[in-house]
Amino acid sequence: MSAVLDNTGLATAEPSAVVAFTPRPPVLRNNALMDAVFRNLTRFFAFAVFSLLAAILVSLVVGSMPSIRKFGLGFLASAQWDPVQDNFGALVPIYGTVLTSAIALAIAIPVSLGISVFLTELSPVWLRRPLGTAIEMLAAIPSIIYGMWGLFVFAPVFQDHVQPFLADTVGKVPGLGILFSGPPMGIGMLAAGIILAIMVIPFITAVMRDVFELVPAMLKESAYGLGSTTWEVVRGVVLPYTKVGVIGGVMLGLGRALGETMAVTFVIGNAHDFSASLFMPGNSIASALANEFNEAVGDVYTSALIELGLILFLITTIVLAASKLLLLRLARGEGTRA
Amino acid sequence: MATASLDNPTYRRRRRTNAVMMALSVVALGFGLFWLAWILGELLWEAAAAFRPSIFLRMTPPPGSDGGLANAIFGSVLMSGAGTLIGTPIGILAGTYLAEYGQRGWLAPATRFINDVLLSAPSIVIGLFVYSVYVARVHHFSGWAGACALAIIVIPVVVRTTDDMLKLVPNSLREAAVALGCPRWKMITRVSYRAARAGIVTGVLLAVARISGETAPLLFTGLNNQFWSTDMNRPMANLPVVIFQFAMSPYDEWHRLAWGGAALITLLVLGLNIAARSLFARGRN
Repeated sequence: MSAVLDNTGLATAEPSAVVAFTPRPPVLRNNALMDAVFRNLTRFFAFAVFSLLAAILVSLVVGSMPSIRKFGLGFLASAQWDPVQDNFGALVPIYGTVLTSAIALAIAIPVSLGISVFLTELSPVWLRRPLGTAIEMLAAIPSIIYGMWGLFVFAPVFQDHVQPFLADTVGKVPGLGILFSGPPMGIGMLAAGIILAIMVIPFITAVMRDVFELVPAMLKESAYGLGSTTWEVVRGVVLPYTKVGVIGGVMLGLGRALGETMAVTFVIGNAHDFSASLFMPGNSIASALANEFNEAVGDVYTSALIELGLILFLITTIVLAASKLLLLRLARGEGTRA
Repeated sequence: MATASLDNPTYRRRRRTNAVMMALSVVALGFGLFWLAWILGELLWEAAAAFRPSIFLRMTPPPGSDGGLANAIFGSVLMSGAGTLIGTPIGILAGTYLAEYGQRGWLAPATRFINDVLLSAPSIVIGLFVYSVYVARVHHFSGWAGACALAIIVIPVVVRTTDDMLKLVPNSLREAAVALGCPRWKMITRVSYRAARAGIVTGVLLAVARISGETAPLLFTGLNNQFWSTDMNRPMANLPVVIFQFAMSPYDEWHRLAWGGAALITLLVLGLNIAARSLFARGRN
């Protein structure tokens, strides 16, 4: 019975097929109508969700038309940001966005890997749930709380203790030192990157944990049976098996970090300048929007900011789509390789 | 032949590497928990000083004087409530299509993909979107615009959980209903929804938790309002934006209120998350 239903699909298994030759009783007619209504209602809203992405894209393109027309592609390459002269370029915010996200990933990837390994391989079973929940709570804390905490609590500690230490050690290394030079101000690109790292750790960890659990126990047990240590199993069996998914998780974290607004706005310092040092304040696309959008006067200023939003949306969409595709690929490959 | 004894240098080296790596993994976990403890601890400490009944009773004060957050709390509840009420039915219906009708055709997989992208899309861009299609048209910020922006954030969360939870409902339940002559819409509303109820409610709770702390999309939509307002067609005070504004200000009284509001939101969000989790765990057993 179930095989028949599976082949024909549930939709065709209507009772009306049996009574095809007699006139349908009204209750069945109503049901057929309700079926059509309900089906199309759900389809309509599914389509609405489907078109939402395109709608956002189109509205942003329309909103940024004055700026696109005025600056063209030069917008992407110009470091100008001059509201008085109406001359804008996206290079500084793009640089800040990419740099802070890069710092975040550099910290978050190894930490997330460590947490996932602990939670899947080392931790006693009864500890997994509470510890996993605690890490996930990091994702639940609203971003504005990270921002406030970052500005009032983290930045002073960072300024008094961490930055002088970094300047005295890594800052003395030739070449690399320029990244850690300048006065310790607490806020700045590095502080923003570190807070972003804390915020994306739970997202990357969640994906890594999920994909690590996809590894067939038999593969791991075989490696253990051959005498491998836990680390060798992780490096030689778990990571190669889940490579695609791990990269997908990292991309998800990257997508989150790129678009994060409030936390960055509080601590990045909002300066439209280039500086080689990570200690210096900068600006990200999202923080520029949060700070300036409501004060922007004039079409060009507003539309330049909307164009920044468009650039951010395009970058994050591409990154998140790539992440999703990688995770889908892992899910599809599951079972065929074991 | 090499044996697994501590006299064997290779074995010793492998054991040492393993010990170092596993220690690092514990350190990583400690690193994560350290921030959680620090943030929550600091928040509670600051909030203890800021928490007084007047937070709930008095309006947001002018610069440099004392007051409460009553209008901001009310505005937040109103906008989040409206956002949830708009977003939830849309999300549930769309999720129903994905799980119940989506076996064939291109729409369901494509929507599922786009929904996952929207789930992590930067919320500030959602604010920009609502600004350009709504606020810029009617030429004023309003509570409704804020509610719309929040609804757009609710939708992907609810779609995702509804889809996932309906897919967990065993097909034999559906087949049993259809075999009894139950039309499909009734089968979905009476059988599938009931079986997946705990999961769907979990999704809605998570969505509420997500929007209660959202600030970025409200900056360009709901804006702010220093006074008590029940008119959703006008700019409306809301907790996250008030926290942002007060925290960025130079006044001590405002800072204290900002901490109070921050603790309020965090407790609410963490509470909702824990409630959603325990509800889901109970629903599955």
